[in-house]
Parts: sequence; C-alpha cells; structure tokens
Amino acid sequence: MDKLSQAQRELREMDALAAQDSPVHRLHPVCKLLVTVCYIATVVSFSKYDFTGLVVMVLYPVLMFQAAGIPVGTCFYKLRFVLPLVCAVGLANPLLDRTPMLRLGLVTITGGMISMVTLMLKGVFSLMASFLLIAATPMDSLCAALRKLHVPQVLTTLLLLTYRYIGVMLEEVTVMTEAYRLRAPGQKGIHISAWGSFLGQLLLRSMDRAQELYDSMLLRGFRGEFFYAHVPPFGGSGAVFCGVWAAAFLAARLVPIASVLGSFFMG
Amino acid sequence: MHMADALLAPAVAATMYAASAVTVGASVKTLRKDENMAKLPTMAVTSALVFAGQMINYTIPGTGSSGHLCGGMMLSALLGPQAGFLSMVVILTIQALFFADGGLLALGANCWNMAFYGCFVGYYLLWRPIMGSKLFARLGAKAAGRSRILLASILGCVITLQLGAFSVAVETSVSGITELPLGAFVGIMQPIHLAIGLVEGLITSAVLVFVYEARPELLMDVDTSVSAVRSRYSLKTTMIILAVVVAVVGGGLSLAASSNPDGLEWSMFGNAEAGYSENMGLDEERYGISSGAAEVAGSIQEKTAFLPDYAFANSDSPAGTSVSGLVGSGIVAGAAFLVCMAGGFFRRKKVAAKA
Repeated sequence: MDKLSQAQRELREMDALAAQDSPVHRLHPVCKLLVTVCYIATVVSFSKYDFTGLVVMVLYPVLMFQAAGIPVGTCFYKLRFVLPLVCAVGLANPLLDRTPMLRLGLVTITGGMISMVTLMLKGVFSLMASFLLIAATPMDSLCAALRKLHVPQVLTTLLLLTYRYIGVMLEEVTVMTEAYRLRAPGQKGIHISAWGSFLGQLLLRSMDRAQELYDSMLLRGFRGEFFYAHVPPFGGSGAVFCGVWAAAFLAARLVPIASVLGSFFMG
Repeated sequence: MHMADALLAPAVAATMYAASAVTVGASVKTLRKDENMAKLPTMAVTSALVFAGQMINYTIPGTGSSGHLCGGMMLSALLGPQAGFLSMVVILTIQALFFADGGLLALGANCWNMAFYGCFVGYYLLWRPIMGSKLFARLGAKAAGRSRILLASILGCVITLQLGAFSVAVETSVSGITELPLGAFVGIMQPIHLAIGLVEGLITSAVLVFVYEARPELLMDVDTSVSAVRSRYSLKTTMIILAVVVAVVGGGLSLAASSNPDGLEWSMFGNAEAGYSENMGLDEERYGISSGAAEVAGSIQEKTAFLPDYAFANSDSPAGTSVSGLVGSGIVAGAAFLVCMAGGFFRRKKVAAKA
C-alpha cells in the first residue's frame, strides 16, 4: 500500500541523511536538541501580526541546512502533515479579523491575512528546524542526548527498540497488504470480514517474537540498560554554538531587524 | 489530531509538556515498581505494530471510505495503562521526529490529547469497569466477553477522541492562534471526531476480539478461566447488533448536537460586533510590537518613506508590519535564497570532485 511504502522510504532517507558527515552532524547532540527547542519556542512566541519579525527567523534553518550539506527542499514534502490543520485553523482568520493594517495602493491588507500567513510561516519554520535536528542526528545519539537530559531510561530504551522495530513491522504489514490486495482485486482496503484477523494474526506472531527478542537480549547480558553511541563531553564548541544561536534568537525576537534593514535601504 | 508547533503558544506548550512529563514519571515509577523490564520488548514490538497498523486502510462497508485503528485504546488493552501510555509517547515522538506528524514543541500537548485520554481515561473509566462487569452475562461466557470488548472499545474510542478533540480546541484558543471563537471551533471538532471515534472503535474492537478468541491471556482484565462454552451469538451477529446500537445512539447524539445549532453561524454572524481579536488576542505590548525600537523604526520609516501613498491605515497598527518591514523581509528572504543557491553550488562541486 502506498502509505506504508512511503513511510518505509522516509525512514530510510532520514537514516541516510543522519549517517552523513558534516560540521552540523559532528556537533554534540544535546546542543542541537537545545538549540532546536529554543528556535521553535522563539518562532512560536512571535505575535500573530509580527510577520516581518518572523521572516528573519528563516536564516537559522537555511544556514544550518547548508552547513549540514542537506538541500532545503528535502523537508518540504513533510509539510503535508503540518499544513492541513494549520490551514484549517488559520483560514478563518482573514474572514473574522478584518482590521485594516496596511494599504498598498488599492489593496488593503487586513490583520486576518497577516495572522494567517504568520501562522503558516510558523508551521513551516518549526518543521524545518525539527527536520534538521533529526536529519543531522542519528537516533542513538539523540537517545543518548535525552538520557543526558535525565529522560528516564525506560523511555529512551523503548524509543530505540520501537524505532528499530518500526522498520520490521512496516515491512511485514506492507507484504501482508500487498498479498491481500492481490487476492482481493478491486477492493480499496481491508474488508470488514478480515478487520480483526488481519492485524490480529500479526499481533499474535509479534507477541511471540517479542518474547524471543527478550530472551536473546537476556542472553547477551541485557540488564535493563542499553549502551548508547559514544557521546563526547559538551566541550567549548558546543557551548559557543548554543550561546551564539540563543543570543541571535533573542536579538531577532526583540529587535525588528527586518524593519531596521528595510528603512536603512529606503532611507 | 496531531497538533503542529505553530498552533501553540510557548506557555501552553510548556504547561502541556509538564503535565505529560508528570504522567510519564508516574508511569515509569509504576513499571519500575513492578520490575517489569521483561515487558519492554513487548511494548516496543506492540507499539511498532500499532504504528504500522495505523497505516492500514479498513474499508467501511457501504460508504466507500476507509478508517483506521485507534492506538491508545488498543495499547492499554494489551499492555495496561502505564505501559500503553509510554508506548504511545514513543509512537508520537517518532511520528513528530521522522514524519513531521505533530511538532516537537507540541509533543507534550499531543501526548496529553492522544495518549493520556486514550490510555488512562480509556482504561480506568471504561475498559476495566466494563470488562469486570456482569454485562451481557446472559449471552454465554464467550459472547459476553466479546460484547464487553466491543462496547468498551467503541465507548473508549468515542469518549477519548471527544476529550482529545476538545483539548485541541481549548489549547489552540488559549494560545490565541485563531480568530475562531472557542464555541465554533469545538462545534467543528466534536462532530467530526464523533464519527471517527465510532469507526476507530469498531476496527479496534475487531482486532481485540480476534485476540480474545485466540489468546485471551494477552488482554488486560479478561477472565481467562472461561471454559469454551458455545455462545448463542456468533461474532458477526454480535458485531452487527452492537454496530446498529451504536449507530442509533451515535445518530441520536449528533442529531441532538445539531438541533442545538450552529455554533459557527451564531458566532460568525450573531456576535460580530463583539470583536474576536479582543477575546483571543495576545497582549500586544508584552510581545514587543510597540517597543521603543519599533517606534524609532516607525518614525524613521515615516520620514524616509519613498512612496507617500503607502501608509499605516491607523495609528495603532503594529509597526512590525510596515512597508519598510516588508522590504526588509524581502531582503532577508533574498539572502536566504542566495545561501541556498550557494550551498547547492558547493555541494555539486564536492560531488564532482569526488567523482
């Protein structure tokens, strides 16, 4: 089924991106995580009419994408999840908020229009930042970072294991749906008579597999703890990276850089 | 129902993170107390399965459309509420990170809206009481078990989805994102999720009933001592009966909802002069729109404006959205574009050098 193979492909692509090497990939995972959260928090904290203030924030993802050697365009197909709900919420704004804000010749731009565009930009920017984080950080480094931030062991271990098994399960479900489709041509999905047994069969098999998995983990000396990728100490470069970007976000949040820049060129 | 980062204000996102973090902490503590590390691989495999299972399309008979599985209810029925909650948290994290389905900052809110209600409310208020009850006892042991699973799954999915949808509406409104009043937003969200909940409940119950027939010991709170008594109704009959009941009840509910009409219409037309931006708006002064720097920039712009026709429509219009601001934004966007082009150029060069 399309959705399933698409998901498999996306996972593979993200893995391939994270396995590359670049200055961004080499950064400490905790730094990247903190700066990403800082960035998204700054982006969403802009007021709903502050379009020009928000635009400046595009520079962080764009610069980092280039430093990581990843084309910016790669993340845009992921917008299909982000945009529908954001649009559904934002589209009512131009209808409900008609306060005029700016006249450009004959066109009056209302507050609703600005807040709608700002909302969409916020969606796009935060997507770019979180895409960048995961495209430049392998999953085990990210889990190691979470562990350093005192996220419970159970959760990080579960995250790693689930991530490992999602690939396996996606493949299995893809094969099953493919087989089903070949035997039931012209059907759009799973017929009601097979609703329970289709996934149920797989579930039963998987439960047995989980038991075997646990047995094999025990045989290899698992005592409730995984040993993650080697993470070097935070170091000076990491501190500088965090500090510089945090200062830059704060500056962009407090100073209307775009307006100052614009008036400089116009005046 | 996955919320994107853009739909939440930082304060709301932080609050929801705190709420979800406390729940995670409590769940981890319970699991540790039970020394239940053996459950870990089962949790991982089951959540991976639920993740993949949510991508399967189930045909809804007679409609031509398709529905999906409800993760929270299924995981808590298989693993218990605490382990189910942690599994859902992991699924939502992976969805946010790898598939951009829900944002990183909104993860706390998403965990609350989907995992907390689905697992804790669904389990403690619905699954456990219904499975432990004597409901449908007349039907014979096996059929009674099936019927209870059906009832618990459908009610569980419907109610937890309603709670989740309501939370989405509240969180978005409190964040001041939309001009849509809370009443209208709720009026849109609830009926949509009522229909989704019914379908998800039916699909989830089908899977759980299958597990119940094959390996009842895998399910929580199921009396496995039941001897294989031949039941009066087959699975198909039970499903049809319950589907009809649910359809009648659901239809009645949505009729009742729509006879109390038009939250949207009322709020769009009947309340227009109330000024929604005042109800929902952010505190503009606190967000720096009328800061000193902005005023300076505004006064410079006023003096140097090269097109006198382009003016602020009124005096209290935020200076951030000025013409010079737009020009500046254009410059920033141009710079961003150039950076992309330069990056692409160097990447191509590197590839060529390698080859």
